[in-house]
Amino acid sequence: MSLTRRQLLKIGVVGGTSAALTGTAFAEEEPAAPHDAVGMLYDATLCIGCKSCVVACANANGLSADTRVDPLHQAPADLNSFTKNIIKLYTPAAGESGPYSFVKRQCMHCVDPFCAAACPFHALSKDPTTGVVSWTADKCIGCRYCQLACPFETPKFDWDAFNAKIIKCEFCKERLEKGQEPACTFVCPKKAVIFGRRDLMLREARRRIKESPGKYFEDRVYGEKEGGGTQVLYLSAVDFNKLGLPKLSPDEHPSRWLRWQERIMKGFILPIGVYGVIVGFLKQNFREHDKEMNEEHKKTGLLPQI
Amino acid sequence: MVRNDENTTSTIGEQLRRAGIPRRDFLKFCTELMIVAPIGLSITKKAWAGEVAADLLKAQRPPVIWLHFQDCTGCTETLLRTSRPGVADLILNIIDLEYHETLMPGSGKQAEEQLQSAMTKYAGKYVLVCEGSIPTKEAGIYFKLAGKPGTELLEDVASKAGAIIAIGSCASWGGLPSAGDNPTGANGVSDLIKGVPIVNLPGCPPNPYNLLGTVLEFVRTGALPELDSNLRPKFAYDRLIHEQCPRRAHFDNGRFAQVFGDDGHRHGWCLYKLGCKGPDTHAGCSTRHFNEMPDVWPIGIGAPCVGCTEKEIAFKVPMFQQASVHNFTPPATYPPIETGAGHPAHIATGLAGLIVGSAIGAAWTAAQRFQSSQEGAEANPPEPPKEMLPADDDPPQSNGRGQGA
Repeated sequence: MSLTRRQLLKIGVVGGTSAALTGTAFAEEEPAAPHDAVGMLYDATLCIGCKSCVVACANANGLSADTRVDPLHQAPADLNSFTKNIIKLYTPAAGESGPYSFVKRQCMHCVDPFCAAACPFHALSKDPTTGVVSWTADKCIGCRYCQLACPFETPKFDWDAFNAKIIKCEFCKERLEKGQEPACTFVCPKKAVIFGRRDLMLREARRRIKESPGKYFEDRVYGEKEGGGTQVLYLSAVDFNKLGLPKLSPDEHPSRWLRWQERIMKGFILPIGVYGVIVGFLKQNFREHDKEMNEEHKKTGLLPQI
Repeated sequence: MVRNDENTTSTIGEQLRRAGIPRRDFLKFCTELMIVAPIGLSITKKAWAGEVAADLLKAQRPPVIWLHFQDCTGCTETLLRTSRPGVADLILNIIDLEYHETLMPGSGKQAEEQLQSAMTKYAGKYVLVCEGSIPTKEAGIYFKLAGKPGTELLEDVASKAGAIIAIGSCASWGGLPSAGDNPTGANGVSDLIKGVPIVNLPGCPPNPYNLLGTVLEFVRTGALPELDSNLRPKFAYDRLIHEQCPRRAHFDNGRFAQVFGDDGHRHGWCLYKLGCKGPDTHAGCSTRHFNEMPDVWPIGIGAPCVGCTEKEIAFKVPMFQQASVHNFTPPATYPPIETGAGHPAHIATGLAGLIVGSAIGAAWTAAQRFQSSQEGAEANPPEPPKEMLPADDDPPQSNGRGQGA
């Protein structure tokens, strides 16, 4: 098939115009936590692994014990539909030196939540004042996109239930409404996990780092910027990655991708443009095809076929 | 047995002074009482043992009538088998024991007269303590006292009692005599008597301090302590043995004695797998040991709890059957950072490869055959049907399929 220069230009103009219309430069704005966003600061160097928080969490949220691994104990292997909060143990691998460390895992309450971005029906949403990411049963269709989207592998699906739920930490929102702090921070005997406004938690974390430089891994707070920031912040002597907290760059947050999606879809101009280009190519091809077909008909006398 | 007919209305303080019991012993007793009932009793809701003592010394000594039915006298023995000398004496001085078949010196007619006179003298005021179950089959002939069947005796004495305390599992709901087919139709007090406040103090035997706490509370306040659905006082029966078991650390760490006398058993590991009913049993034994001696209680000496304070466990559930755990707590082990997804097995990988490979192979072969059939069809175009009427014995050769295969 041959495409004349003129035709190519014609197609190019349609596509180019629509691209130019949508591609107007937008100012990149970073996601920010609400002004009164609540936060949690977990300091792994203070945690003694008593699991009071695990029990308190289960009691406060009315979760039954997960005895599938061990019939005598509440011994979940990971966060699951029975467990919104868990204490795990990092043990240095053989030949590796370094300290042991506990790590408390629960929903990070991202400043820009991945799960909420992935949810097609806004069943997962971020509270505009407290910033708590919570799940609404009425809107959930059970697609589990949130599970796939979450880089912290937090939302869990209630596989055993007929009317399944998405189970994840919701910052004990019933307790927050009553003016109480979450159950885990309330019971922690070492104050290894503390609760307060996110900015205050961040300030406290920075103070601890400043007070004992070199004590904490890379002298930084995990969750300050990772994935656009989280409302649960971590301090640890051990590499965060070894504690199961993924490496996320500050601009690796869903609204960035959502924003691009919005731009692409804005006014439906770019899709129409792309569609126009495709249709242009198709029309061109058909024209060529018709031409060949007519020639063939003239030569052989066979009926035209598509 | 201390009997002072002329001084029966004396206070506890007066009686102790008369019997020459030192104040220190009484303070020790009050301390024990505070340990037994840290909550749930108004008499122990004090800052220290001295205040409890001051309060109790003013109390009137409660007249007590103690009846035996189908029992082993174990509950009486536990009241008497107290380690420190003088404590049994102390216990008997605090209450005014009017009638007790094991302890009273009189017998026969003399004893019967004592019972009748106490019943008349303290009508509506005395505390009736029942030990043992009451047989009801065959008109109650399996137990008789002074020619009367047990049911009749109980009705007589209970009708004038201020309160009834059923001590031991037998008096509470039948206990051992009611096990299996219940040949004597053994019943607890609360099954037969209505209209009088009843407290059950199950246990085989129960801790004597539970009895004293209940009696003293009744005397001091005129009311019984708060009871649970099985009529057990909450101050003594609100907690599971498992919750405060001294061997709990072994349970949490998964260290279990597997058979009697094995290394774990000798090391004092958890007895759960030997049938300990601790996780199922509400009683204070794990904090209040017997005879005021540390570790004198079943689990302390390496015998699994049999659940004697529970209606549905002791004498009902086999002794070595494992109990069900109600309050789950986390173990002392931790999940690692990476859990869940394992690594695929080599065989599984191989199988998956085989399946995918054969699927690809089949698709390729099919494509080849399709192509060759197309080629064949082009090479031998089908003849117009009107010209070709194949004979019956001729195989059809219209599509040329199979030529390339």
